[in-house]
Amino acid sequence: MPRRNNILANIDWLTVGLYLLMLFLGWFNIYAALYSDEHQSIFDITQQYGKQLMWIGAAFVLALIIMLLEVNFYVFFSYIIYGVFIVLLLLVPFIGKEINGARSWYEIGPILFQPSEFTKSATALALARYMSTHGFKLQTPKSLLTVAAIILGPVVLILLQNDTGSALVYFSFVLVLYREGLSGVVLFFGTLVALLFVLALVLANLTLALIIVGVALLMYLIFNPKLKQFLNVSIIYALSIGFFVLLNFVINTSYELAQFILAGAVVGSFIVLYQSVRNKFSNYTKIAIVFIGSILFTISVDYGFENFLESHHKARINELLGIESNPQGAGYHVNQSKIAIGSGGMWGKGYLEGTQTKFDFVPEQSTDFIFCTVGEEWGFAGTLTIILLFLFFFMRLIWLAERQRSTFSRIYGYSVAAILFFHFMVNIGMTIGMMPVIGIPLPFFSYGGSSLWSFTILLFIFIRLDASRLEKLSD
Amino acid sequence: MNNLSKRSYIVAAIFVVVGLIYIINLFRLQVMDSDYKQSATNQVLREVVQYPARGLVYDRNGELLVYNSTAYDLMITPREVGEFDTLLLCDLLDITRPVLDEGIAKAKKYSSYKPSVLIKQISPEHFALLQEQLYKFKGFHSQTRTLREYSHPVAAHVLGYVGEVNASDIKRDDYYKSGDYIGQSGVERTYEKQLRGVKGVKKIMVDVHNRNQGSYLNGAEDKPAEIGKNLMSTIDIDLQLYAEELFQNKKGAVVAIEPKTGEILAMLSAPSYDPGLLVGRVRGKNFSQLQNDTLMPLFDRALQARYPPGSTFKPFNILIGLQEGAINNATRIVCNGTASSPIKCTHNHISPASVIDAVRESCNPFLWNTFRNTINKYPTTAVGFHVWSEYVKRFGLGQKVSIEFYNENPGLRPTVEYYNRVHKGDWWQAITVRSLAIGQGELGTTPLQMANLAAILANRGYYYQPHIIKEVENDTVQSSFSVKHETGIDAQYFEPVFEGMRQVTIARLNRNVHGISYCGKTGTIENNQGIDHGAYMAFAPADDPKIALCVYVEHSKWGASYAAPIASLLIEKYLNDSIADNRLIYEKQMMEAVLTDPHNPELAD
Repeated sequence: MPRRNNILANIDWLTVGLYLLMLFLGWFNIYAALYSDEHQSIFDITQQYGKQLMWIGAAFVLALIIMLLEVNFYVFFSYIIYGVFIVLLLLVPFIGKEINGARSWYEIGPILFQPSEFTKSATALALARYMSTHGFKLQTPKSLLTVAAIILGPVVLILLQNDTGSALVYFSFVLVLYREGLSGVVLFFGTLVALLFVLALVLANLTLALIIVGVALLMYLIFNPKLKQFLNVSIIYALSIGFFVLLNFVINTSYELAQFILAGAVVGSFIVLYQSVRNKFSNYTKIAIVFIGSILFTISVDYGFENFLESHHKARINELLGIESNPQGAGYHVNQSKIAIGSGGMWGKGYLEGTQTKFDFVPEQSTDFIFCTVGEEWGFAGTLTIILLFLFFFMRLIWLAERQRSTFSRIYGYSVAAILFFHFMVNIGMTIGMMPVIGIPLPFFSYGGSSLWSFTILLFIFIRLDASRLEKLSD
Repeated sequence: MNNLSKRSYIVAAIFVVVGLIYIINLFRLQVMDSDYKQSATNQVLREVVQYPARGLVYDRNGELLVYNSTAYDLMITPREVGEFDTLLLCDLLDITRPVLDEGIAKAKKYSSYKPSVLIKQISPEHFALLQEQLYKFKGFHSQTRTLREYSHPVAAHVLGYVGEVNASDIKRDDYYKSGDYIGQSGVERTYEKQLRGVKGVKKIMVDVHNRNQGSYLNGAEDKPAEIGKNLMSTIDIDLQLYAEELFQNKKGAVVAIEPKTGEILAMLSAPSYDPGLLVGRVRGKNFSQLQNDTLMPLFDRALQARYPPGSTFKPFNILIGLQEGAINNATRIVCNGTASSPIKCTHNHISPASVIDAVRESCNPFLWNTFRNTINKYPTTAVGFHVWSEYVKRFGLGQKVSIEFYNENPGLRPTVEYYNRVHKGDWWQAITVRSLAIGQGELGTTPLQMANLAAILANRGYYYQPHIIKEVENDTVQSSFSVKHETGIDAQYFEPVFEGMRQVTIARLNRNVHGISYCGKTGTIENNQGIDHGAYMAFAPADDPKIALCVYVEHSKWGASYAAPIASLLIEKYLNDSIADNRLIYEKQMMEAVLTDPHNPELAD
């Protein structure tokens, strides 16, 4: 078959090169993070850096196997692969090996692997398969529900294993769905929801109430820049809020002022809603829905935060948002991580000269906090290089995805970009205190066989698909 | 390109925006903000203090007196302490469980991640046992310190002791940090700055568990400790040892000075104590024991006890009289013995008496007349008394004669102003203050001052500041040590006084030392709380004095009974190196005498 000969020529060697570059940069940094006088050799297999080289070797084997497989294999078997991993996820709480209090690992001989790592690829395959079916329309309720089920199935199972970090990664599929036609409103509201989530925890109720009212009015002005109607609405809000504030003074209850302002605003919103129904003017409706939705969400965040989250998650979120600062407690990791990165300065302390990481001030310095070693030893020059390297890599993936003729390959490509980006964003964000400490690795850099192989598989299936981009896939 | 593919730009934009936000934040964190660099330094660097060994102290012949031994502090870093066998640790440290618990609680209170001292000054023998087992106790480590060691259990008051600094020491001098040692008395205190050396600092890197990870910058910023300077004292350790031996079971003091230099050859306050008692872990217990001892061993009689000089002062009043021309070698004064007035004479001797007779017989009437004539030579009592008082001042009384001893008592010297104040402006004259003529009344001298008086006699009219340190290694001693202090008495007036003193030692006391002629003068100090104290002042050899000394023996009744024999033995020991066979009997008598009881029935009237 002539096809096979084309594969080598059609492989995107730039992506492969970036992959190799990051892999070895990661390896050198793992060595630097753990370097000790007793174990000076980077090949010392009793140490993580020696082992990482073995994992890298195994990853090459995996990549080779992936490249050798028939491209249609991935399309045909996508559901089956997905199914297998769902089963593995289902079974792992029962037959898995318990490590660090979580029963989410399988032990096969000397090798430990975490099915949740590999389920990302499986889910991407299944999603690509489903969404590339002929005549697929994302907007139909049935499609939306099926897509949601494919993504959320593993999420639920992973959450059951108490691995919040891995579960959160699946939210990156929103980007894929957006590319495939999901309304931009979802992205917009997603951002608004995240913003309100933060504000609800950070700000006092009174400030929050005023901000929500302000945002609602501002949106009204943007959607409907007619001063007379704006004044109209403002007066309605002002009157109803004024009424409730006055009521507060008269009856003097134990409720907060903020709650009366909100109540006033809610009543005001219903009046505006009523007006909009009467005037058949849809913008009124939108404003009112945003507003009421915001209030309900804010209240539920507060409630949910207090009642549903576990204390260590709460502490980490609190720390991230600067509500409770306890450098010795929940904030210890982040504080140490920032000290390590911050102490690197412009040019860093030099290779193997880092002290904060090497002397264990930074926890998990070879896995989740490997970026600290980069920051400490290579300084801003190093961190800038790594971030630009990742951005270039992501741009390349998007470009590759866009050049695919088959929808399957494109969707899969976007999934790869989105999943890797999510890891990148959360991992680096947490080391510099901009994201909560969620234990997910930095792709290709962090120590660990399981995660390295899963990223390799994820990426190389796409490289394999891309290598056959000129063929007609059987979708 | 369909509509949706444009969304690739939005997705790319999201990636880029997040990347840019991170880059900006990293720039702020790594380049703009220097706090993180400081925090990193604080976390990683530990400054380990290098304690210098204290300077050594030698005697005047180069024999080592004070040196250092190693002791170990057991340190604890509470955060690193895991489960351990408390029983074993208590056993190894020889402490009880509550002591251990209290120590750990105290360390925790100070800091849970900085090391602090749990048990101080563990002896090397003890530590050897502990060290073998130390690996079992996570969070514990040792720190090497030095302790004072003494070649001989003597000269405790002179050498002084070292103790931990207190809050006011730290406030006064920021060199000291809590837990440092400082000289608290004696030479250790006076020469603290020279002895202590300079603490050094070693910068090491530690990991998160505070474990040593090697030196910082290969020790480029380390500062080694500078060892303290060695001192050579003026003490003759053989003489000191002998004095202490003679003074066993006695209370009193000895100060011996080399008259030509002012160097103190021996200085003893009895009862004394072994200076080694105030070192190490036993210090606190021993210190309070010594403090509660009714014989007051911590009280330095040589420097702090103020006795009326009594008869020992008589030669000086005669010298003043001779210098002032109130009397001369031809002067003869009638003594009516016990019938004399206003002061009776206690001795039966020839009359009228010359200067020599008066010195030999300690004749009170002679001295009264001399004193009166000295003062009354001048138009008013005030002027005459002032002249007399100035002589006394030049003899070193009423002021500290040394600058080395922080606790020296200045003694007592009466002035015109003093008597004007006492008599409230009423008329007073020589007879009012007649006790001064015989060394009583408002005169007070310490044994050190009395020894200095003996040196003045020996030098025929001058003295050098008595001092205890001859040499400081790579440094100079106080220049005041070599300043000659003139008393204003011409050398020629000493001859008859010496003759009288010589006759006392030969004729009266029969305490002549083979081959040595020496001058001495006894004194008795009235004591209201028991038997009188005996005093003796002497110098020898008479023609070329090499030692001037005074000996006080409390409750020994007469100066002649114990003080004089002890002084003669000390002179013999110092000048001859050994005691002649025929005098060993005295030595034995002196050593065996027990005179600590103020109401000793053997001596009581």
